[in-house]
Amino acid sequence: MAKNASEIPMASMADIAFMLLIFFLVATTMDVDSGITRKLPPPPPDSPEDIPEIKERNIFKILINSRDNLLVEGQIGDITMLKEQTKEFINNPSNREDLPEKKLESIPLLGDIWVSKGIISLKNDRGTSYDMYIQVQNELAAAINELRDELSMDKFGLRFSLLTEDQSEAIQKAIPVAISEAEPEDVGGN
Amino acid sequence: MAKFTKKVGKDVPKISTSSLPDIIFMLLFFFMVTTTMREATLLVRVRAPEASEVQKLEKKSLVSYVYIGQPLNYRKYGTESRIQLNDQFATVKDIQEFIQLEREARDEADRKLLTTSLKVDRETKMGVVTDVKQELRKVGAFKINYSTRKKATPKRK
Repeated sequence: MAKNASEIPMASMADIAFMLLIFFLVATTMDVDSGITRKLPPPPPDSPEDIPEIKERNIFKILINSRDNLLVEGQIGDITMLKEQTKEFINNPSNREDLPEKKLESIPLLGDIWVSKGIISLKNDRGTSYDMYIQVQNELAAAINELRDELSMDKFGLRFSLLTEDQSEAIQKAIPVAISEAEPEDVGGN
Repeated sequence: MAKFTKKVGKDVPKISTSSLPDIIFMLLFFFMVTTTMREATLLVRVRAPEASEVQKLEKKSLVSYVYIGQPLNYRKYGTESRIQLNDQFATVKDIQEFIQLEREARDEADRKLLTTSLKVDRETKMGVVTDVKQELRKVGAFKINYSTRKKATPKRK
């Protein structure tokens, strides 16, 4: 038996590790998947009578045409104004006649609270660019998030994202995401 | 006068390289842990739009991806926006089958939590996106996520 059992040469270890390292360097994608989460509505009922009627004042109509122009409640809108308009619509702070009704609901942890019946109706053309659509969705999400933040600051003294599960569920009930997407039309061509 | 003595026979001491493998291993482990393998080879160009109100997609194993955009090889496939499922081009009709297969690949309990991530190029027209959404509605995959990049948020008042 050889006394000095020959050591494994360590010099190549670094090279092997380097090769592995380079492989993982190349294969790495650092980006975290993120995006705007939405829930699609179930398919429409076959019989049109089942669709509940909604009062005109409860609908906030947003139209986007094939040239990415906005029509908000019948008037030419601007993407930078959309958030404030949406917030005012949902909140209806001065109980205006043409803004949505509110319903008194009792929600656990919050007690009796006025919940807006407002629905945001978003309609786009088939020629609308995806970028514009996402921007609009983003403004709407921002409006809802800000309203939720305000309410949770008011009730719990914390930002919405920091609430416990029960609390955040209560806030979500008080300010629901009510975005309805109409079946798109092909007006502007493609 | 000061004398500058030339150091004779004294070599610069060699840097010890014995710790090099350890350093490399540390880097290696870092990248091994942070690596997520690509789900598919992209055949379409996807430049996600920017948005400020993004949520992170959790549980990547419960996400199925739909890519929509202009084909990368537009000389061959044209510039019309195409849908990519897994590693190949698909049409709107294939979406339902794709979702069914994705469901079958998951545990029974997880099937309801399946999210469809729409990775859509920002120059795509909404027409094709809408078609995909209608198909997803038909097949009952209601949870969707519009993949966006995080934009620097303007300060909140």
